[in-house]
Amino acid sequence: MAAFFFFWSQGMDFQNNGPETANEEDIFVPSEDVREHLVVVGNGMAGCRAVEELLARDKDRYRVTIFGAEPYVNYNRIMLSPVLAGEKSFDDIIINSRDWYSENNIELIAGDPVTAMDRAAKTVTSHSGRTVGYDKLLIATGSDPFIIPVPGKDLPGVISFRDMKDVDTMLEAANNGGSAVVIGGGLLGLEAAHGLTLRGMKVTVIHLMDTLMERQLDEAAGWLLKSALEGRGQTILTGANTEAIYGDGKVEGVRLKDGTEIPANLVVMAVGIRPSTALAREAGLEVNRGIKVDDHMVTSDPDVLAVGECVEHDGNVYGLVAPLWEMCRSLADGLTDQHTGYKGSVTSTKLKVAGLDVFSAGDFSGGEGCEDIVLRDASRGVYKRVIVKDDKIVGAVLYGDTVDGGWYFDMLKREEDVADIRDLLIFGQAYAALGASGGGALDPKAAVAALSDDAEICGCNGVSKGQVVACIEKGACSLDAVRATCKASASCGSCTGLVENLLAVVLGDDVQSGPKTMCKCTSFTHDDVRREIVAQNMRSIPEVMQLLHWSTPDGCSSCRPALNYYLLCALPGEYQDDQQSRFVNERMHANIQKDGTYSVVPRMWGGLTNPRELRAIADVVEKYDAPMVKVTGGQRLDIFGIRKEDLPAVWADLNAAGMVSGHAYGKSLRTVKTCVGSEWCRFGTQDSTGLGVKIERMTWGSWMPHKFKIAVSGCPRNCAEATIKDFGVVCVDSGYELHVGGNGGIHVRATDLLCKVATEQEAMDYCAAFTQLYREEARYLERTAPWIERVGVDYIKQRIVEDEAGREALRSRFLYSQSFSQEDPWAQRAAGADSELHQPLEPPMPFGAIAAE
Amino acid sequence: MTDWIDIGTLADIPQRGARTVQIAGEKEIAVFRTGDDHVFALVNECPHKKGPLSQGIVHGHSVACPLHNWNIALKTGEAQGNDEGCTPTIEVKQEGGRILIARLASLKAAA
Repeated sequence: MAAFFFFWSQGMDFQNNGPETANEEDIFVPSEDVREHLVVVGNGMAGCRAVEELLARDKDRYRVTIFGAEPYVNYNRIMLSPVLAGEKSFDDIIINSRDWYSENNIELIAGDPVTAMDRAAKTVTSHSGRTVGYDKLLIATGSDPFIIPVPGKDLPGVISFRDMKDVDTMLEAANNGGSAVVIGGGLLGLEAAHGLTLRGMKVTVIHLMDTLMERQLDEAAGWLLKSALEGRGQTILTGANTEAIYGDGKVEGVRLKDGTEIPANLVVMAVGIRPSTALAREAGLEVNRGIKVDDHMVTSDPDVLAVGECVEHDGNVYGLVAPLWEMCRSLADGLTDQHTGYKGSVTSTKLKVAGLDVFSAGDFSGGEGCEDIVLRDASRGVYKRVIVKDDKIVGAVLYGDTVDGGWYFDMLKREEDVADIRDLLIFGQAYAALGASGGGALDPKAAVAALSDDAEICGCNGVSKGQVVACIEKGACSLDAVRATCKASASCGSCTGLVENLLAVVLGDDVQSGPKTMCKCTSFTHDDVRREIVAQNMRSIPEVMQLLHWSTPDGCSSCRPALNYYLLCALPGEYQDDQQSRFVNERMHANIQKDGTYSVVPRMWGGLTNPRELRAIADVVEKYDAPMVKVTGGQRLDIFGIRKEDLPAVWADLNAAGMVSGHAYGKSLRTVKTCVGSEWCRFGTQDSTGLGVKIERMTWGSWMPHKFKIAVSGCPRNCAEATIKDFGVVCVDSGYELHVGGNGGIHVRATDLLCKVATEQEAMDYCAAFTQLYREEARYLERTAPWIERVGVDYIKQRIVEDEAGREALRSRFLYSQSFSQEDPWAQRAAGADSELHQPLEPPMPFGAIAAE
Repeated sequence: MTDWIDIGTLADIPQRGARTVQIAGEKEIAVFRTGDDHVFALVNECPHKKGPLSQGIVHGHSVACPLHNWNIALKTGEAQGNDEGCTPTIEVKQEGGRILIARLASLKAAA
């Protein structure tokens, strides 16, 4: 057995109590204690918990010495957030007081970090130079904050959020008021931001990812959290990349990659932590991301153990507290020859911000075989998502109501089979138990049947089960009929399932299905969704999905483009178009072909062109080796076989000749087809070409529920085929006949005559009004022909012809919307916007240099 | 023994989107980033008519092919619903903020 020596220096003073040591000698003294010596490097939560577990198993087996870098007794690091927020004091978060150390004869050497270890001699040496021998060494050095390597990171006023000293610095800064920037919108960063806000600072959170706490939350919950924090006065910038921290001698602000500057007299970096492994690495222990340990927390040296955030077990590194407890149990078992073995941890997280309940556990990333069960209750601000695989819970994300977090987490850890309660699972433990006690039947229909008559079904409208049943018995035989009569599930819709079950219970097979829902992600129809977007002033796709209880985390390829359009239409100039919710053609501003290349159609106003445009097109065809050029049905030229990488260059060349995108690819205004009209034609009655060009200039660039084609014919011979267009003008001697709702596609439909007007200006005004009515009221992917058959041409006449004020309002809404949409998307791309959509990723290394594993 | 190729960072791929990678002599690869920041790599061809999956709408852990709206599971490459077919997948890992994909050599033999 090695001889043990220890000593302490007089310099380590803290709170006038001297160093935290139970030994009163002031020079090193050989110990008379002959027990094995366990030296613990790290006086944090892991190190002390390991000792506690050890003492609980065998109080006398080891003599224990603990080194701590901080000049404090063992405190609860995860409670620093409430200290910062002023909800707790430092004394409240102490886990073990000095008495604990002395009662258990533990030597505490605080404020003196271990800087070296010698495995051959079995000693460790501290910063102050003291050397202590060990029989067993336990490394519990935890983790270090990750500091992003930006200019200015070392300026005074830039800190991390890891220990009591950081909290003191923050409190001091907060006393002087001013602004703080928190870099990192994870758990720690948000807790720091919350504390600083409560302490009176103006706080901006900068987060690199698009979703706050993206490792713990899915997009929907992240969005709710962001809204709530913004409601508390914080500025949250997601997708924001820090370029530099600036300041002269001390921090003055943060500059983002996009050039934005945010003034701040305090910058808190909370972008993440990394295991503190330097000591172990230098001593030659096996280290990967963390110090490698086996199931008994033993490192590559059998006399050296490690525990907590500094270790890597089975490829995993943990930054949360629960795994640490489990590791410490296995460690203590091993040290007392009981060898149970640690099997890795499933983790859960809770955000410690007062009034915001956020919980997540397990794997919520979905994937093969996983089913999502989602409940959204907008009126209560609740989002719950439980992920089930093979009848077992594998993950959960809860926002707003986290009461059942523990229940889900418990079942997840125990891998309990939930098949029997699956249908009731999302409603929580109380409801599932109710179902279980209702005659033992777990069938949701039986559970609903078991409810008493005065049980509340719809919280929004205060409708009881008895009222819903009465309403069904009086003849409301569908969900829609119930919503229309007693209002149950007509507001937030979260009780839709209950109402459907009641319908089934009362009517059996006689339930009538209502109008088709928008897609499988929602129980609402297109019309419902659209009405609610406007009524509730919704502003983003995640917001719609939350408020209307979407059953999938981010929709599908049917609903996302529809929602994007509805929002775009409702909020001209304000809504941020979501490129990832656009079909490929609208995202690439070209038509994808079966071989993956694109065709490009430049706009030719009214079908007119000139030598300059034709030359530019010819040049593009030759320069980019386009295999085919074709005249389209809409009187333009279509250039085929362009590669996606070449699109921006092609557009730049066409722009240079004055041409813009023809939108031949979009749910948008396509072409305005014209005949030559009175200028050349011996039968022409009006200037149909000129009017066509004017109409195209007015309507181009507008997004629509579906594609939209216009034509202007100069006489009733109708060479421009105006009577199979969405909007057609047929010129006659006395004016202009306006036609709507034609279609030349699968089901040919001739137009309905809307009315006749006398002047060109009226024709333009009616066209704008009709277009806007279609934009606002047709369902996404509904052409004008089926729309008009659905609502009736009389309705269109009433809105456009008879209601003069309404027509004028529609027209001005259209023109207002157009003031934002008539920017050539090609010019933006040619100038470099969204270039990543066109360019492949380039591996930064040459292909020869490959990382091998 | 797997050869890994460093293709860039998570931020290089739009959320709910994809980028392509062309490795000399091999089929073009589509690298997807989902809404919850998972990364998957598939050969950039739909099993149906070889549509470029990288241009499809990414939803959940699936992508809808831009040509005929087949839904392909990103993890397995399997067509979903009533459609049948499978696109080869490529192993991906994220390490230190970088995205690495496995070299396709073995796949070429299988194709």
